[in-house]
Amino acid sequence: MHLVIIGNGITGVTCALTARRLQPAARITLVADESPHHISRPALMYVYLGHLRPQDIKPYDDWFWAENRLELVHATATTFDAQARTVTLSTGAALSYDKLLLATGSRSRSGQWPGRELAGVQGFVTLPDLEQMTRDTHSIGQAVVVGGGLIGIELAEMLAAKGVGVTMLIRDAHYWGSVLPPEEAALVQRQLAAHHIAVRYGTELAALLPDTQGRVRAVQTTTGEELPAQWVGLAIGVEPNTELAQTAGLEVARGILVDEQLKTSAPHVYAAGDCAQHRQPAPGEVAVEQLWYTGRQQGETVAYTLCGQPRPYRRGVWFNSAKFFDLEYQTYGRVPARPDPAEHSFCWQHPNGRHLLRLNFRRDTLAVTGLNVLGLRHRHEAWHAWLQAGTPAPQVLAELGAANFDPEFFRQYEADIVAAFNRQFPQHPVALRRRKGLFGR
Amino acid sequence: MTTAPVSPVSVPEKLLLAVVGLGLLLLLPVAFDGDAARAQQCFFAALGLLSAGTLGWSWWKFGRGPTGVHHNNLWLRGSTGRGALAWLTAVVLTGFYVVLYWFSNDNGQGNFGPLNQLIHALDPVSQALRRRPADQWFLYGTFYTLAVLLMGGRALWKYRHSPYQRIRTASVMFFQLGFAFLLPGLLLAFQRPEYYFSYFWPLKYDYLFPGTVSYLLKDGGPALGVFMVFWGAVMSFVATPVLTYFFGKRWYCSWVCGCGGLAETAGDPYRHLSDKSRAAWRWEVRLIYPILGFIVLVTALLWLGSAGVLPGWFTTPQQSGLPLVGGLSPVDGLSKVYGFFIGSIFSGVIGVGFYPLMGSRVWCRFGCPMAAYLGLLQKHFSRFRISTNGGQCISCGNCSNVCEMGIDVKQYAQRGEPIVRASCVGCGLCSTACPRGVLNLENGPREGRMQSSQLISADSLRILG
Repeated sequence: MHLVIIGNGITGVTCALTARRLQPAARITLVADESPHHISRPALMYVYLGHLRPQDIKPYDDWFWAENRLELVHATATTFDAQARTVTLSTGAALSYDKLLLATGSRSRSGQWPGRELAGVQGFVTLPDLEQMTRDTHSIGQAVVVGGGLIGIELAEMLAAKGVGVTMLIRDAHYWGSVLPPEEAALVQRQLAAHHIAVRYGTELAALLPDTQGRVRAVQTTTGEELPAQWVGLAIGVEPNTELAQTAGLEVARGILVDEQLKTSAPHVYAAGDCAQHRQPAPGEVAVEQLWYTGRQQGETVAYTLCGQPRPYRRGVWFNSAKFFDLEYQTYGRVPARPDPAEHSFCWQHPNGRHLLRLNFRRDTLAVTGLNVLGLRHRHEAWHAWLQAGTPAPQVLAELGAANFDPEFFRQYEADIVAAFNRQFPQHPVALRRRKGLFGR
Repeated sequence: MTTAPVSPVSVPEKLLLAVVGLGLLLLLPVAFDGDAARAQQCFFAALGLLSAGTLGWSWWKFGRGPTGVHHNNLWLRGSTGRGALAWLTAVVLTGFYVVLYWFSNDNGQGNFGPLNQLIHALDPVSQALRRRPADQWFLYGTFYTLAVLLMGGRALWKYRHSPYQRIRTASVMFFQLGFAFLLPGLLLAFQRPEYYFSYFWPLKYDYLFPGTVSYLLKDGGPALGVFMVFWGAVMSFVATPVLTYFFGKRWYCSWVCGCGGLAETAGDPYRHLSDKSRAAWRWEVRLIYPILGFIVLVTALLWLGSAGVLPGWFTTPQQSGLPLVGGLSPVDGLSKVYGFFIGSIFSGVIGVGFYPLMGSRVWCRFGCPMAAYLGLLQKHFSRFRISTNGGQCISCGNCSNVCEMGIDVKQYAQRGEPIVRASCVGCGLCSTACPRGVLNLENGPREGRMQSSQLISADSLRILG
């Protein structure tokens, strides 16, 4: 079998690795134009910050690919013929395949503002984006970041570390309003304030204003304010790369439409990761998933199907993580930004504003449904088990030490958390039974 | 690819760094000033400037503002990114070691060569502590301890958000000051053998050589000498396996050891320079275990020789005409070769001199027989592991970057595998630097220690060769 994968991001690479394991004899080719080797996109910011060099964000050393017989083609796949089963490359060469995976990922949403095309205005998702930003942010004094999500705050951190004055324009009334409840967002705002990031909430971009050289000079906001900025980052989300699929005549909506086995409308062609749109997402799940983790999971699932062991994509218990400046965030299960009437939402915060734990659980069965932690590290396995089993919240709290993943000697807050819970829910009294010990795990 | 912009250095930071530079420059006239009294004043002024500048700069850079890991510009600045300043630092450090080891012996009239003035400037300190004049090793010990304390202050500020790093840094500072500087000095003051209670065989290889043992028993006095020998043997053969079983080799390498103490403090700005490649790992294994074998062999031969069970040739001086070992018996010659190449060149000149180019743990990683011994125990007879947190790794590489031992930590984290590596010294920086809370140093039960996470599908591909 010759498996051709378009895209060497986490989805394409996970599929390639899984397929290699399942079919040691298969021929596997990865075609990508962004970079010759797989890179970790979430790590791009650390190259800019100077924590890492460009070669340090390759998850695998260069020898890895040849030793595992994964062929790398550094070129753009311009189109493919699903009947003839060939992919045409920008080099003019053609690749024939038995199975084709489209893992083309996503790119920054660009928006339609006047002045969008000015120099110094860009998104930040890919390696070329990093190169552009690196070129364009030398000796600038002020920058504006549009968008209050994960990439927006990354950009703010990157620029602020270089001594650039940053203003963020955030549409919602608080940070990451579509995902975080207000208490969590308030802790993130403390980080923004501590790092001297100016934020305009409830404010959007109206226009980008040029200087005489065609570079951005300032932005105008929807509140009528004009902010000087020699560089503007647009972090208003990402959209699937669907050109290749469209050129080849596949069914495409926002993303490349796939069924639950990640099959597209064309035979022997699959799509996974950021670029795929699920025709029938499971209840409560979104049709287009654009995360590192979901990309990895979809890449693994599709590899099984490609290797003749078809299985539907099931996301399982949700998890995610991020870091907002110095504040770490982990989430397990589902914690909606606005309370669900069927659930209790218990939220504990340390008075110092650097630690928070939110536990959601069902009003009827008390089963835990989701956890947010800020400034605390929690054990994925423990929460996976509790959420999957629907363990009642009081039982989880009594055992909370089992989920503590903070390093040794860190202050343990389980007793404070349980005490707060007992005050808020005296009808469900909890006695803390398990603390984190030096010899446990 | 274009280089990212580097944040400007603020005026106060420049001033504080200038104070450090002035302190270093002032050491030069000390070395060459003919007036001993003036040289001494100059020397203490230099140390004062160095100390004030280093602590002031550390506070300015790390002690104010929000807490967290801020390795900004680390690879972009020449001083920490193998630039011109790093090369200069390496040449100066290496040069200092060469002069110290081979050109600073007392000529019999109290003259120590190029370092003479620096050494004699320390006489009052040495007299106060040890009731004898300073020598080149006292100068070295003073500089070494000062480096651990001052740069320890920097580490305390830099990692002040992490209790693990705070306590660990305080521990290496305590052991260096107390056990490797004050206590050996006091022992000398009381006419006892200068004994370092924080160094053990096979790192301090001669502590279990028959010559040292008989000397300690004789000169240490009936109680203290026996205690010293007993302490050395118990630490090497009982405490080391037991503590390593519970905590991993970190109890020594990054909490107690002086070499580790210097690496964790003065070497912290260079920790990311360690080579993470597979080739480097192969060199590590090729070097460190043979060196352990070498010192075990030398120790065994010395004891067998002193017990008289070796054929006479082994213990009879030979006029071989070879450099370094001419006139020595084969057993003594081996011991001398070990001391010269491993004890001096490797641990000192290369081990510290190359900090700014190869990272702070070159000796610990490629050369130290104690690390090899601890590593074997850690890998096969210990509860210690670094756990990875389910599927949360994003392969960003920050963990590998900060690993001073050159472990490519992310190879484990991205596969959900616990990190059980002989070389890991448990400094905890991978855990501290991880932006997603993936890594944690744990001493859990041995059962399931190597168990991978079920929440990420560990590819079974050969990654580490």
